[in-house]
Amino acid sequence: MTRRRAFTVAVQGIGGIAGAAIVLPAVGFAVAPIFHRGKERWEAVGPVGDFVEDTYRQVIFTETEGIGDAGKTTAYVRKSSKQLDEKPNEIVAVSNRCAHLGCPVRFVEAAGNFICPCHGGVYDFQGKRIGGPPVRPLDHFQARVRDGQVELGPRYSVTSQLEPVRARDPGEFTGGVWEYLYPPRPSTFPPPSG
Amino acid sequence: MKLDSLIPAPLRKPAKPGASNGAAKGPAPADLKTAPAERPSDAQRLGDRAKDAPADVLAWVDQRTAASGFLTGMLYRKVPKGTNWFYTLGSATLIAFVSQAITGVFLAMFYTPSATQAYASIAHINNDVFLGQLVHGMHKWGSSVMVILVFLHMGRTFFFGAYKYPRELNWVIGVVLLILTMTMAFTGYLLPFDQRSFWASVVGININGTGPVVGPYLSDFLRAGPELGATTLSRFYAIHMLLVPGAIIALIGAHMYLVVKLGTTAPPWLKADKPKVAASVSQLDAGVEGNGAAPPNGASAS
Repeated sequence: MTRRRAFTVAVQGIGGIAGAAIVLPAVGFAVAPIFHRGKERWEAVGPVGDFVEDTYRQVIFTETEGIGDAGKTTAYVRKSSKQLDEKPNEIVAVSNRCAHLGCPVRFVEAAGNFICPCHGGVYDFQGKRIGGPPVRPLDHFQARVRDGQVELGPRYSVTSQLEPVRARDPGEFTGGVWEYLYPPRPSTFPPPSG
Repeated sequence: MKLDSLIPAPLRKPAKPGASNGAAKGPAPADLKTAPAERPSDAQRLGDRAKDAPADVLAWVDQRTAASGFLTGMLYRKVPKGTNWFYTLGSATLIAFVSQAITGVFLAMFYTPSATQAYASIAHINNDVFLGQLVHGMHKWGSSVMVILVFLHMGRTFFFGAYKYPRELNWVIGVVLLILTMTMAFTGYLLPFDQRSFWASVVGININGTGPVVGPYLSDFLRAGPELGATTLSRFYAIHMLLVPGAIIALIGAHMYLVVKLGTTAPPWLKADKPKVAASVSQLDAGVEGNGAAPPNGASAS
């Protein structure tokens, strides 16, 4: 290697290191939120006695802090139903976020269905898709009872058989091979076991 | 005084080949004994100097930058026959972008990219600031105008076949500019932070998330987290007013450099003229047999 060539390589190498020292921290700063999981958050939404088996009660609670009303979300909450072969004495909290593109669905009492105003998605009483473009059932929120109060926690998604999986964004399929095509994001919480 | 004399010589339109360059000698004075013209007064000389001042300044700059060669090449470049109004769509898009840039700078003087204050600051611009509603409206409607013009410009390029060799790279740059323009429209939509822009951004990010494997991570990157929140707004604002505009300006520069370098295409319905100078080989051969010097246009053969 000639002296000239050695200097060329050295200068380009040093320039590359200097460039990387500026660019890499900036890129890391920008992509860090992908790998960051926030604090688990639980919020009381009412006494257990308020919720029944055969219909939903609409509750509003804060899912994202710091942005005022925009951070609030709606859940439809009921007790688990014996007629539907669900585990007894549990709280079922269904998110109103449509599994198609995230519009707010509404529980229509007369039909017993969830209906999305945007593109006509329809879900049955348990939140399973029965019509329209959605790709999976409605999301759920983790729920527990503390001191007689129902508390709602992190969001999780379900497969078409209502098995819990980590939260997915609307439009993403769940279950089977889709678990690899739409991998779970590190920023979401593990689903409740069982 | 002719306007031409204000322009320094290197910037003047080059004379057509063969034409006189205007430096023809004047006739010699008939009578050398006549008295010479009266010496101009100081005021007259000052006036003449003042008239020369703009040309002097331009010449001073030109001597130090040698910009005139580039400028004459760009401003007096050849344009094909049949150039029509469809060829102005690219300039129209550029004007739309400049309008967005100018109004955007002034909107940024009053806008607050914070989740709790963004909506109020837009309301303040619209309701209280002098001409605020006009500038905001220009920016808001101008974005739609720019997207429409980009597509019309793209359609003109496609249907006139102007993307073909040697202009493929300019088509590719144009496609990147199209994507960047759509990115501007998408990120700008969230900034007023009202119900419409919030839910439109939610839906837009979720559509983006349906891309397999990388989609979910891209969504988290755009939102800066699992949910659309306060950092999403500042992230969109930074992308909207710093990252993408810089890239657009750089790529517009490259786009226009190639337009000037390669020239525009004639419309496809225009037939090429028959060559006037070059004669066919047979005609040249016919011209050679006499004295060996072929007339340049082969007139002797026919």
